[in-house]
Amino acid sequence: MDNIAGHKSGLTWAVHLSVAFLVILWLFPTMGLFVSSFRTADQISSSGWWKALFPTEQNIVIRGASPSEQVQVDGMYVIEGSVFDSRASGDIAHWGTSSREIDAYKPGEVVEMRDGSTITLNEDGTYRMENAAEFEGSRGQRIFFTATTPPEFTLDNYEFMLFDERNSEGMSKAFFSTLTVTIPATVIPILIAAFAAYALAWMEFPGRAILIACVVGLLVVPLQLALIPLLKFHNNIGIGKGYLGVWLAHTGFGLPLAIYLLRNYMVGLPRDIIENAKVDGATDFQIFVKIILPLSFPALASFAIFQFLWTWNDLLVAMVFLIDSSGQTTVMTKQIVEMLGTRGGDWEILATAAFISMAVPIAVFFAMQRYLVRGLLAGSVK
Amino acid sequence: MHPALQGLITIIIGVGGCVGYFYFSNFLLDKFLLPARALSAEQTATRRQMGTIFLFGIPALLVAALYVTAVGVGSIASVGGIFWLLVAAGVIYGLLRLKNFVFASGPTTAGRNISHANMIRPWLFLAPAIFALGLYLTYPVFETLRLSLITRNGNVGFGNYSYMFGEQKFWEAMRNNMLWLIVVPAMSTVFGLLVAQLTDRIAWGNIAKMMIFMPMAISMVGASVIWKLIYEARPIDVEQIGILNAIWVAMGGEPQQWLQLPVWNNFFLMAVLIWIQTGFAMVILSAALRGIPEETVEAAIVDGANPFQIFFKIKVPQIMPTIVVVWTTITLTVLKVFDIVFTMTNGQFGTQVLANYMYDKLFRANDWGTGSAAAMIIMLLVTPILVWNVRNARKEMR
Repeated sequence: MDNIAGHKSGLTWAVHLSVAFLVILWLFPTMGLFVSSFRTADQISSSGWWKALFPTEQNIVIRGASPSEQVQVDGMYVIEGSVFDSRASGDIAHWGTSSREIDAYKPGEVVEMRDGSTITLNEDGTYRMENAAEFEGSRGQRIFFTATTPPEFTLDNYEFMLFDERNSEGMSKAFFSTLTVTIPATVIPILIAAFAAYALAWMEFPGRAILIACVVGLLVVPLQLALIPLLKFHNNIGIGKGYLGVWLAHTGFGLPLAIYLLRNYMVGLPRDIIENAKVDGATDFQIFVKIILPLSFPALASFAIFQFLWTWNDLLVAMVFLIDSSGQTTVMTKQIVEMLGTRGGDWEILATAAFISMAVPIAVFFAMQRYLVRGLLAGSVK
Repeated sequence: MHPALQGLITIIIGVGGCVGYFYFSNFLLDKFLLPARALSAEQTATRRQMGTIFLFGIPALLVAALYVTAVGVGSIASVGGIFWLLVAAGVIYGLLRLKNFVFASGPTTAGRNISHANMIRPWLFLAPAIFALGLYLTYPVFETLRLSLITRNGNVGFGNYSYMFGEQKFWEAMRNNMLWLIVVPAMSTVFGLLVAQLTDRIAWGNIAKMMIFMPMAISMVGASVIWKLIYEARPIDVEQIGILNAIWVAMGGEPQQWLQLPVWNNFFLMAVLIWIQTGFAMVILSAALRGIPEETVEAAIVDGANPFQIFFKIKVPQIMPTIVVVWTTITLTVLKVFDIVFTMTNGQFGTQVLANYMYDKLFRANDWGTGSAAAMIIMLLVTPILVWNVRNARKEMR
């Protein structure tokens, strides 16, 4: 808008830069968790995730092969091997044989030990120990080294959290619990709300204005108030804690927004179509099913996305109405909260679990963003 | 039964039940009860008989049976018993009135039948919604109010409230909630407005907006995990893996347990919600900025206003109503904030908020009275916004 008058503002660059800065600032937290979910526990605890994209210097200690593996070459006893046997490859920066001097030697340097043997560690990680006498003892020589390892990512965390049968903290069961909660809790309120919204938008009857005002009022009633009365009610009628209870609760809590959104949308539909249909002898039920519902698809989609995101991401309603002491029906959000308590520092597990739970909403978000924006614009009370 | 199967059956029963209800209730109304044609005295008489049985007799018996089993004849003298007796009597009286409204005692004309059917139909459409809203949102408000007035030892009065007001944790929650109420809506709106304005005219603005909007899709629990990694602290001699401490240490500070720093930790929790809510503010405000008439801006440019003057003196005043809407909507979210605090600190280290305090009371201390009292405080804080919203909605409808 600044350049309407015909001159390019000097602010343009500042605008681009500050938008870029803000976008990076907003993406950075999510990136951190995303990158971490592809790293091993060792990698996560040895360096910040932002270094994972570049080669890292790591201080590593290993034991060389045990003396039982020595071979005789030209009268010398020799032990050979590579420090990278079990790990990724990398470059040795410097190394040592004592924990007090882990960077005493350069790669390739031949060092004499106290017992007269020599040891050398090459840049590519191979080592060679030579001794005139036989190596003794049962344990190998300790080697400390600083290596530059290239970035490395793994899918093991996801495999462990999703498909490992032995992992009692696996997310697959909770994933299906969440899905089981979400789908009926999204579908049922839409239908109930659509009929009510039609009545509120296109039927004349006394008390309509008051009902609409009630819906607007109920939009903001905190669901915290409903927890105890409804839990008591569910226990009284024998539902107790379980899927049925959580479906009903989500239906009730989602209805005000659903009715409000759909009514606002339906009111805007052209009056002619509906009146023509009435003149042609269509009943209200037919008008609703054959004209209003198809035309209201954008609003239905908007609400469906809202309700889906909200039920998928919900913690409180699930904790109160669904999860009983057996823990068989735990949803992903609750399981993550529990893991934060029991596995506080194990970021590879936490990051993976969080990303498994976030993947579906993010996919829905990017696929259906248009409807989400439209719903937000219609749903904020003007 | 496998829950997935149970879910499928519930969808089928739920959807089928809804469709069936709407279809058959309309069918019954149009084809049998009040058909769009004249009815003779004989026809209305048989209908009236059937109606008396099905619309009045059987439901009235059901209500009576429900009263006897659920409330009990013995408690008829108590306050609750009388209340429910009045409710039951009201329902039966209503059924009687409804029956007389639907079924005429003499011959009817088509016009009478159609107009009566049209007066009943809206309520058929609305019935499930009204029932669900009444049971799941309206009734709990009054029930919570009732529970909050009954103390543990059965006294009726404000005992729970005075106990709660004597608790230091409650005042901590109130103070923190007020902090949240000031900081989060303000910061989210400011950031949202900033992003909306900056991205308004640049080519990749939509992609930038999408990225900033994305946290909306992430659960508060997921966001808490994300931000816990940012605040992660490790001993001084080990490399920091939380970015905040990494920067702090690089600048020469000691690693901090950010979430345990008194008072400041509240702001670190608020950052999570600001991060989530900015996208929302941005989307709404961006649409509002687009809606500003070009002429006003052009006139300002012609008059020699600089970009900052245009923004603060021309644009912001015009979108003020939208800013207020965004502000109040975020305020509502903030009042109910629970997941973030529950997940990240669980109200320890001086970060308690009302919703988490209430959860503590209800489900950890099993003190339903005090918990309900805390819920009523949240309701009280929401009420001004409720009234304001309702008034605006009514104004708009006229």
